[in-house]
Amino acid sequence: MIKVSPKIKRILVPIISIIAGFLVGAIIMLIWNYNPIQAYSSMFASALGNMNGIGETIREASPLIFTAIGFAIASKAGFFNIGLPGQAQAGWLTSIWIVLAYPNMPKIILLPLAIIVGTIAGALVAGVAGYLRAQFGTNEVITTIMLNYIVLYTCQYLMQQVMSPNLRIDTDTTKNISSNGSLKINWLTNMFGGSRINAGIFLALVAIIIYWFLMKKTTMGFEIKSVGANPFASRYAGMSSKKNIILSMLLSGSFAGLGGVVQGLGTYQNYFTQTTSLDIGWDGLSVALLGGSTTIGILLAAILFSILKIGGLGMQTIAGIPYEIVSIVIAAIIFFVAISYVIGLLFKTKDKKNNYQQPQRKERGPNNGIDGSNIEVGKKGQI
Amino acid sequence: MNIVTTLALIVSSTFVYSAPLILTALGGVYSENSGIVNIGLEGIMTMGAFSSIVFNLTFASTFGKATPWIGALVGGICGLTFSLLHAVATINFHANHVISGTVLNLMAPPLGVFLIKAIYDKGQTENITQNFGYFTIPGLANIPIIGPIFFKNTSAPAWCAILISILLWWVLYKTRFGLRLRSCGENPQAADTMGIHVYAMRYAGVLISGFMGGLGGAVFAEAISGNFSVSTIVGQGFMALAAVIFGKWNPLGAMWASLFFGFAQSLSIIGNQLPLISKIPSVYMQIAPYVITVVVLVLFFGKSVAPAADGVNYIKSK
Repeated sequence: MIKVSPKIKRILVPIISIIAGFLVGAIIMLIWNYNPIQAYSSMFASALGNMNGIGETIREASPLIFTAIGFAIASKAGFFNIGLPGQAQAGWLTSIWIVLAYPNMPKIILLPLAIIVGTIAGALVAGVAGYLRAQFGTNEVITTIMLNYIVLYTCQYLMQQVMSPNLRIDTDTTKNISSNGSLKINWLTNMFGGSRINAGIFLALVAIIIYWFLMKKTTMGFEIKSVGANPFASRYAGMSSKKNIILSMLLSGSFAGLGGVVQGLGTYQNYFTQTTSLDIGWDGLSVALLGGSTTIGILLAAILFSILKIGGLGMQTIAGIPYEIVSIVIAAIIFFVAISYVIGLLFKTKDKKNNYQQPQRKERGPNNGIDGSNIEVGKKGQI
Repeated sequence: MNIVTTLALIVSSTFVYSAPLILTALGGVYSENSGIVNIGLEGIMTMGAFSSIVFNLTFASTFGKATPWIGALVGGICGLTFSLLHAVATINFHANHVISGTVLNLMAPPLGVFLIKAIYDKGQTENITQNFGYFTIPGLANIPIIGPIFFKNTSAPAWCAILISILLWWVLYKTRFGLRLRSCGENPQAADTMGIHVYAMRYAGVLISGFMGGLGGAVFAEAISGNFSVSTIVGQGFMALAAVIFGKWNPLGAMWASLFFGFAQSLSIIGNQLPLISKIPSVYMQIAPYVITVVVLVLFFGKSVAPAADGVNYIKSK
């Protein structure tokens, strides 16, 4: 048992999770006769060893920051937004579509328009789940999962059947967008050795500041947090939990949609048919969980996962180790974050003042359902 | 095409697509009735699909026709092993059920593909030679009209799945074990007071869901996809989860829901062979299971359907 202050414990638990995740990856590699030291060193070398690698890492991190903020806002309000992939996808397709439809509009109008439309698309998808939760108490975990697939197939349909053939190369890929709607910045690309880095990272940094400001300095953020912490007390204090549920889901979806916009207008410059849920959604969820939904945590976790993902490509070519080990390590890290209770047992908090008997909150969780949601809303709960 | 052959086509393809959903959804029913939310079904199916395909490719020459069946059992055992992660995390280590389940979903596809690359040195496997194929039930197939529709050239795993769901319904509602399992999902505190080992019951629930999910994934791989790649299991696990809810957490309900979802899925695939259906864009059939689940959830609100302590960690006081 190591004695540490609670603050240090909060930092140590994710760090231990990261180390443990890397160890799991190393063990799996050892079992299959790959050299983990070579793997990890080639991973970090190719992600951070040259300007192109650094540029790609930053590029990879930008959408993850957005989706992670999206997840974080919902979780502050006590919700589990698993619909990030769908929301991001909606943002991606709509923003690309707008730019393709109006290629000659001046950049100063077109780019903000595309970003806003993409954001709204993401917000609407999440808003459906928020509305159902607020109005009918429908568990958001299930609705957002289902919405992922509804969006996935609807986007396929829109792409293949509805979009004008003039905008596409074939049924699965759109044309590239004009520079008027692109987030690409030439000097930035040149600086980072021709990587796909784009203005998305600046937007992401702004988003982090907005997220910090929203949560710490505004009434809106305070209400969202208090509804998440204790819906009954918030109700007693005169906050509308219905309003805050919908608001938090809309905000969450907006950021997830922005993640998709940055992925589309920044990284790929087009849209192509997706067959599975978008990975930036799941990765954003992982980033937020590892970062503990704090601003600095999200930033650092997004960078770490981007190093893994970009470095993993280099590792595959240099060391000949399958890329999938990266996703295994990420999943393992999140597993250890999930069982942080056990990791926490290693430490004893030093601060005596924090050892007083805290009132035990009955632990409740999402229950798929219908009746026993931890926030009773609607006519019965009168919240 | 006359009416009987049309119906036979619809029924047989519905059965083919339903079998994995039924098996996996039954697992979900058991897990959730014991009080553990399992959104990791997707990941468990992936592991089941992976292991059964590897087994099938390796032992096809040894076991011949029996290979897919033994492969399905191997998939089940692999799914059970994989679900241990979820069980340990949620039951002993107080993890959030949704996060832990998501970890299973995040972990399974890369793990499967990594192992495929490590074993075969390529991203997806060869096609298997011994698959489930079609099966005619002797005797019953000779019944006029019903025979050709339901029992001739039909999916054997689907009929097994239907029988298993009746069996599992009986276990859940008519046996002592089932009552104990459900009581742990409704009120673990009370169950513990009555001397029921809540942790053991919840382990049983999750491990059964692991086995059934693995079985479902294996059946999907060996009857439909025929090989394993990263895109073998895309959404079937979540659809099974939807069937659990649509079926109101009841094994038989989950079976009917799975059959219905299997029907919707098969229509989106065979739809263009059928008159009328071919005019409807397939997207409606594809999204139907998911839309219906959301609608059902909305409509059922207020009725006590889900196990009351589903998703609630039970921490035994010392």
